[in-house]
Amino acid sequence: MTTPDYRLSQLETLEAESIHMIREVVAELERPVLLFSGGKDSIVMLELARKAFAPARIPFPVMHVDTGLNFPDVLEFRDRRVAELGVHLIVASVPEAIARGTVREEPNGSRNRIQTPVLLDAVEKHGFTALFGGARRDEDKARAKERVFSFRDEFGQWDPKNQRPELWDLYNGRIHLGESIRVFPLSNWTELDIWQYIAVENIAIPSLYLAAEREVVERQGMLYAVNEFISPREGEQTRRETVRYRTVGDANLTAAVLSTATTVEDVIAEIAVTRMTERGATRGDDKVSDAAMEDRKKEGYF
Amino acid sequence: MAPVENDTIRKDILRIATAGSVDDGKSTLIGRLLYDSKAVFEDQYEAVERASAGGDYVNLALLTDGLRAEREQGITIDVAYRYFATPRRTFIMADTPGHVQYTRNMVTGASTADLAIVLVDARKGMLEQSRRHAFLASLLRVPHLVVAVNKMDLVDWSEQTYEAIRDEFTSFAAKLNVPDLTVIPISALHGDNVVTRSSASPWYDGPSLLHHLEHVHVASDRNLVDTRFPVQFVIRPQSDAYHDYRGYAGTVASGVLRPGDEVQVLPSGLTTTIAAIDGPRGPVDEAFAPMSVTVRLTDDLDVSRGDLICRPANAPRVSQDIDAMVSWMADTELRPGQRLAVKHTTRSVRAVVKELQYRLDVNTLHRDREATGLGLNDIGRVRLRTTQPLFVDDYARNRVTGRFILIDEATNSTVGAGMLSTGS
Repeated sequence: MTTPDYRLSQLETLEAESIHMIREVVAELERPVLLFSGGKDSIVMLELARKAFAPARIPFPVMHVDTGLNFPDVLEFRDRRVAELGVHLIVASVPEAIARGTVREEPNGSRNRIQTPVLLDAVEKHGFTALFGGARRDEDKARAKERVFSFRDEFGQWDPKNQRPELWDLYNGRIHLGESIRVFPLSNWTELDIWQYIAVENIAIPSLYLAAEREVVERQGMLYAVNEFISPREGEQTRRETVRYRTVGDANLTAAVLSTATTVEDVIAEIAVTRMTERGATRGDDKVSDAAMEDRKKEGYF
Repeated sequence: MAPVENDTIRKDILRIATAGSVDDGKSTLIGRLLYDSKAVFEDQYEAVERASAGGDYVNLALLTDGLRAEREQGITIDVAYRYFATPRRTFIMADTPGHVQYTRNMVTGASTADLAIVLVDARKGMLEQSRRHAFLASLLRVPHLVVAVNKMDLVDWSEQTYEAIRDEFTSFAAKLNVPDLTVIPISALHGDNVVTRSSASPWYDGPSLLHHLEHVHVASDRNLVDTRFPVQFVIRPQSDAYHDYRGYAGTVASGVLRPGDEVQVLPSGLTTTIAAIDGPRGPVDEAFAPMSVTVRLTDDLDVSRGDLICRPANAPRVSQDIDAMVSWMADTELRPGQRLAVKHTTRSVRAVVKELQYRLDVNTLHRDREATGLGLNDIGRVRLRTTQPLFVDDYARNRVTGRFILIDEATNSTVGAGMLSTGS
């Protein structure tokens, strides 16, 4: 790529910044792990990690907190990608934790809260000191105040009122035993940046992100595709609609959006004009309260 | 390359820091910029509409409210980052609160900024805090300063009021090394001169705020002269395919690196040439800031994290004696004799505070040479002695090799930010 004016595009700038953050973690913290769900943000984060250390392998394992409620398509994608890169995958299983009795199923069927203790247990078991997460600051107002290197105490808790000042790109990764750092290399990326990067770099994604005709049921104005975790309740009618997923969370709670976007370029065109946030449009679990994300983050959620 | 709209990919990023208190209408201005550039989504807007029910206007300030504690106390406690874009540029805005922890937050927000916006209430004119914000922007060497004279509707769009504030600010900025100052009369509440020029100010012939943000020229702000490449990480694949590969990964701080360049490695002082430079998509012909690349050298030298690659004829200062302006961010005082950890580029060393030369009153710029310590939110000139040499330039010449952070080794907290200067 020729750059006679010595300027980088916005994607090249974001990419360079993220690679810097990822390398800094590996240089300063002993046992990092990257949270990889097979969702678009963690796919991009893993790709940036690959670029940060090429031609060497990614020098840390990846971990998936498996709620047992994943879209099969996404799990297949996860396993394939991990095999291609030759990285070690650790699965922290919520159903196993439920079976062991270390966490209890919540009455509303959401495993969003109970995945936090499962994550923290796995972190302790493996002795991880740095956890890469794919969260972006544009996702939620609690995230807008998150540091790139976000300090967590020995209980994995976030204290929003007492964060370390973060100046320039001089990240402070110092911790005491038992403490850890959550690192967010995609902090400055927006949803549109992620999609444009996927397009430009020709990055593979699970097919759920692209529109297809699916059998859906409508609940509180949101469209849920019928799958092994969602079946029509009494009185609900199913219908066929062309939909895609803007986010992939748990299959029992993630809604799809009406869409005709069958390619990444189509998705970009749709996102550029969309008038709803991705979580507002697709996540039943974030609608609980205005501060739902802030509360979960304090407990150690990503 | 995939067929994505060219202009959306080639856009650049402008980083902005905003300073001002709630009373200046800063949140309203940011809400206005986000809303008018369509960075606010319907579900967010509906939430704000519900929350401002009963008022005459939808309270755009609520768009920037973050944490529960902030809403409960009616204050902003931390820097928040906002994102918006126009067809010309992408903007990353560090929204820094005006009241609590103002210096710490403003210094944090300004540290990465290309441009700072200082809000002034047209009814009140230039206050002590306006001076403080402008000073902090200049201390952090933010290259472009915008003074947004807000609430012009409440002074009947008086040209005299605007001119008085503009002139006062211009003469103050002249003392501060502000290279580029723009003063814009606006009404954030009504949107005048924010996105488009307003008919309310026919006497004003400058740009709207957004037009200025879209067009301000930042490319020349960078240092393309002094080649500085701090080594961040050594890449050794130890695989059959790349048996002899040894690459020095890092982010270019300044200058330009090309294969074939003769370079010097500090601290060893040994010279060699660049064999190749690998970027994220393979080998590149040149690397410049802020590219993250991996440099391969012709000779097999002992190079590790914290070393620095430069040109033999243009090396940074190698020194254990560091003179710097320090912004102190901890509750406990900085005092002479104190030991601290220093992180400078990719190099971490220890230091002892040899001397506090003066504490600066950020409102009057008075230098208090009798000061015995720096308290929370104080700024002063400090001399440090480090355990190992650092490879430094003055912050005024090089924002990357001229900066460092101070860390308390007992608590591991970041307690200060330093900007090197050899002058007084």
